Amino acid sequence: MRELQINQIKTTYQNTTILENLSLHLKAGEIGCLLGPSGCGKTTLLRSIAGLQPIAQGEIRLGEQVVSSSQTHMAIESRKVGMVFQDYALFPHMTIADNIRFGIEHFTKKEQQERITSLLELVDLSGKEKRYPHELSGGQQQRVALARALAGKPQILLMDEPFSGLDVELRESLARQVRCILKAEGITALMVTHNQNEAFAIADSVGVMKEGDLLQWDTSYNLYHKPNHPFIADFIGQGVLIKGSVCGCRQVHTELGVLNAHLTDDYVTGEAVSVLVRPDDIIHNDDSQWELEVVNRVFRGSHFLFTLKLANGEQVLCMSQSHHNHEIGSKIGVKLEMDHAVVFPLQKKHHAENLTPLPSCP
Amino acid sequence: MKKHFNLWSILTIATALLLTVPLWVLVSFVFEPTNENWTHLADTLLPEYIINSLWLMLGVSIGTLLLGIPSAWFISQYHFVGKRVFHWALLLPMAMPAYIIAYTYTGLLEFEGPVQSALRTLFETQTVNLWFPEIRSLGGAIVMFSLVLYPYVYLLARSAFANQSHSVMQASRTLGAGPYKTFFKVALPIARPAIIAGLTLALMETLADFGTVQHFGVATFTTGIYRTWTGFGDTTTTAQLSILLLVFVTVLMMVEFWSRKQAKYFTNPNQQSNLTLPTLTGGRAVGAFTLCLIPILFGFILPALQLLDWSINVASTSLNSEFFTLVWNSFSLAFITALVTVSIALLLLYAKRSQNNKMVDHSVRVASLGYAIPGTVIAVAVMIPFAWFDNTLDAWSRETLGISTGLLLSGTLFALIFAYSFRFLSVALQSIGSGLSQIKPSMDESAKTLGASHWTILKRIHIPLLSSSLVTAFILVFVEVLKELPTTLILRPFNFNTLSVRAYEMAADERLADAGLPALLIVITGLIPVIILSKLIGKRHA
Repeated sequence: MRELQINQIKTTYQNTTILENLSLHLKAGEIGCLLGPSGCGKTTLLRSIAGLQPIAQGEIRLGEQVVSSSQTHMAIESRKVGMVFQDYALFPHMTIADNIRFGIEHFTKKEQQERITSLLELVDLSGKEKRYPHELSGGQQQRVALARALAGKPQILLMDEPFSGLDVELRESLARQVRCILKAEGITALMVTHNQNEAFAIADSVGVMKEGDLLQWDTSYNLYHKPNHPFIADFIGQGVLIKGSVCGCRQVHTELGVLNAHLTDDYVTGEAVSVLVRPDDIIHNDDSQWELEVVNRVFRGSHFLFTLKLANGEQVLCMSQSHHNHEIGSKIGVKLEMDHAVVFPLQKKHHAENLTPLPSCP
Repeated sequence: MKKHFNLWSILTIATALLLTVPLWVLVSFVFEPTNENWTHLADTLLPEYIINSLWLMLGVSIGTLLLGIPSAWFISQYHFVGKRVFHWALLLPMAMPAYIIAYTYTGLLEFEGPVQSALRTLFETQTVNLWFPEIRSLGGAIVMFSLVLYPYVYLLARSAFANQSHSVMQASRTLGAGPYKTFFKVALPIARPAIIAGLTLALMETLADFGTVQHFGVATFTTGIYRTWTGFGDTTTTAQLSILLLVFVTVLMMVEFWSRKQAKYFTNPNQQSNLTLPTLTGGRAVGAFTLCLIPILFGFILPALQLLDWSINVASTSLNSEFFTLVWNSFSLAFITALVTVSIALLLLYAKRSQNNKMVDHSVRVASLGYAIPGTVIAVAVMIPFAWFDNTLDAWSRETLGISTGLLLSGTLFALIFAYSFRFLSVALQSIGSGLSQIKPSMDESAKTLGASHWTILKRIHIPLLSSSLVTAFILVFVEVLKELPTTLILRPFNFNTLSVRAYEMAADERLADAGLPALLIVITGLIPVIILSKLIGKRHA
């Protein structure tokens, strides 16, 4: 296993720039995940690392070695990257054992057999070596693809939407399993997904990408609690933006009151800003004196998600326990539980327009 | 509980059975004791038939694979100059029936032909005979078949290569395999079932051919059957020889069936194509270009030019009323047959769709067997029961009524159309079947829930959705009939000539130039289905 270093790369596709000035660092043994909507360039980044795509500028290093730059392009087969493809790309004409053997044919017969046996054990598919891919379920095929990619002890493992072909219920548990397997093998790995639950389940650090930019590379916790971009605030978790104004001393004034905030020095006192309010920042409490009107509600099984109207007409989301079944139009008591507010420069799109969980009926 | 047999089911099963009666009659001759003709045949010619057929199959396999696979690989995996044209142009030789390309190469390569004349001029030897390979030989036949039959391999191999998930090949690369290992251990084995399916189709055509081997003097089953039938008039031996040929065909059919089943497992249902193909430049581009050009040049362009040349030379004298009668005969026969075949196919497919009855399914499958059976065999098979019927009726009629009924079935166009319909029914079934499969039963149901009557459903949903595949089926059968030689040759009524028979007769008389005009017309008409085919494929890719 090696560390992965990506320095200011640029890639183009048919004269359009896909990635520009993108940098990333993944420590040896770390599991990273690129998260973003489709078309954001995350798969392109992964394919550039694998060598399936040349880069126009910058460089990609695996350990000490430059594998891609504007001058060099190491052949795919020499890079020793393991890759798990979205469609698994198992060889349909080979047995499971032969699929895994494919990348380690230079080993001795005995070593091959040992590696196959131990990998199948690792991915919990012992006894299936003589089967063909089409005889396995989707989840099993996925694990074969993982075992095959791991067989040659790659310097880094790349996974392109590895769980997207599976049932939703399976995805998260399989992601946890894969994380355990990768940690057991001590593999440096980078995965691409558009599903945040998968990302949180598997990764040590997560990067959120948008239109070719890597906006933030951080822990899952920080992406949720300290997003550095409104897009991330929207993409990860739920929440709304309300208006606020900076009132000095690392505080912002909003309809919810004066909130403590992480403010950089770029903000000046009196500046109009947007403030992120998560549903878990506003807690329903029947004892509270502070009451707000319910505009909309969605039942989520484990909880209710209420849309509440503030005095100035702005709307916020509020989570409550699932037995608090309040009608639309009624007023419910709430408490603010916000440690530090997340503040962004004033956004054009405000209120709940694109941040409400579901549109309400007219 | 659904009623299992209603009128429609019974009608369908009866149609399928009736259509295949000749086949069952023919097969029943396996129980007939052999006669002295068979003994004679077994001692002399039969071993030759078998050996020649085996050589042909081996040679055509190698030829079609060599022409079909590399072109399919380059077209499906790379961009290079000319690719967009080659993509469809590689199908052009399908328009060229094997017997016609055989005539053109005979003309091109004979002593007085352009090639040898040019060589003599080049080496300034007027009298000395240069050594020159004899085209009218087993080897020549192999080359001819390979040149016109490789598109079967090309088509299936290309779609197999293109449908392979590209990530499979990329996976191979990330696992440390270079391009060669990837091709030979991953791409080719995954495409193998499809390639074998294409190959078996090419080999069935090879076994079914009569015109080429007859012209080249290569003794095979079809020439043997024709000879025994017309020469000896020996029904039993002809039928038994046909059965032996059917054994070969059956083996091929089984291989094809097995390959197609295997191919299903070998295509990746989750595949996605997000890939830009690499562009070839320099020497590699020249190599790919040449590899794709060779089959088109020798399989279509050169022979077509030769046909054109002959046609122009004889046009002034040959474009007469006799020729137009020929055209009228051929086209009207093809038209009627296409109409009949499409109607039968519609009946069978709608019964299959609506009845949900195993027996109906089986009879549809049996009725579509004709595609595998050589035209010579079908002709003989149709002739036997029809002639028996005519003779029996005639004898009875003379005995009881005192009048001769003559030939009612055999020796009339009815026999010919019947034979064609059986032979080409599967062409229509496939085309219409794929159209019908797009009309999901749920569409009927949703239309019904919206208050549509049966008639409205037919008019507003089925006919618009089915019309293009009906037209396609019609054209495909039409052209097949036009090209078909041995069936026509054996079953045509006395003094009834078609384009294909005319080309055959002229070539048999060594009047190759006179074969040019009818042959050219067949080839030009044959281009229509090729265009349809390439359009269909283009649509699927878009």
